Amino acid sequence: MNINDIVKPENLVYQKSKLLTSKPFHYCPGCGHGTVHRIIAEVLEELGIDERTIGVSPVGCAVMAYDYFDVDFAEAAHGRAPACATGIKRVWPDKIVFTYQGDGDLAAIGTCETIHTCNRGENLTMIFVNNGIYGMTGGQMAPTTLIGMKTATTPYGRKPQWEDGTPNNGFPLQITNIISTLPGTRYVTRQAVNTPARVRNAKKAIKKAFENQMNNKNGVNFVEIVSNCNSNWKMSAVDANKWLDENMLPVYPLGDIKDNFELIKK
Amino acid sequence: MASIKGAIVVDTERCKGCGVCVVNCPQGVISLAKEVNGKGYNYAYMAEPDKCIGCASCGIVCPDGVISVYKVKM
Repeated sequence: MNINDIVKPENLVYQKSKLLTSKPFHYCPGCGHGTVHRIIAEVLEELGIDERTIGVSPVGCAVMAYDYFDVDFAEAAHGRAPACATGIKRVWPDKIVFTYQGDGDLAAIGTCETIHTCNRGENLTMIFVNNGIYGMTGGQMAPTTLIGMKTATTPYGRKPQWEDGTPNNGFPLQITNIISTLPGTRYVTRQAVNTPARVRNAKKAIKKAFENQMNNKNGVNFVEIVSNCNSNWKMSAVDANKWLDENMLPVYPLGDIKDNFELIKK
Repeated sequence: MASIKGAIVVDTERCKGCGVCVVNCPQGVISLAKEVNGKGYNYAYMAEPDKCIGCASCGIVCPDGVISVYKVKM
């Protein structure tokens, strides 16, 4: 069968969402940000809420997310996306508001805003992309960096404590588990995007997070995506996805952590 | 034999040649081209078009959304 007989509009099974603009992503080859952008756009398109969605982009690699989505966007100061989103949602309760943040934004400089927004139980969707490193600034240690992981600021590997027990770099911050204990969060989950099956699961989780908000169910819907940063992990995209499987996932296990205000027991 | 035939179309100018689709293709259809695109990346292409089953795994993992997948039942 000739390829021209297959490539016809009626045989199309998968295509990039129309909600993504024609601008090529500035992300490094193989970066998980692109995949997450794509599945968010697909979810917004499937739910038909693109006309009334407002995103809040962070400071970090995803700082120019507003260029890629064909929805309304606001740019928040570093780490303040949840506070900015709170204001937007309170002024326009009928809009769908989501924040898109990385680990440097949400778990480092914006920890205060994250925790208090979750504690107030705002009706928001928060997407948190965790790659365990500061990507945009050149690979410095983030709070979520794994123990022993080499970064620009921990060239011998992250060391939580010195040999005599005095504190040094500290331990990887489990921000998702911390906020899951707060009474204001409705749905907390952790997903990854390094294989097709995980991308499908992540899409389902993001869809649920938006559906909860659409149905005016109070409480923050929080989706953590464990992602790669192959440039700063200094490996190829394929190796980074493998490394993520072997090293990131034991520390950040996948699955729902909280649903309908109740912690899921494992 | 196979009653499903698939095909992919890669937007070669936007492809960054990360190779994530290559390892996630269950049929080993995709390879990276020896030629490069305008940005200097070895773009992905269908090296063995007969094997494609149109499962869309490549499209789903592609970080840049450059792959469109088509499928036809015979």
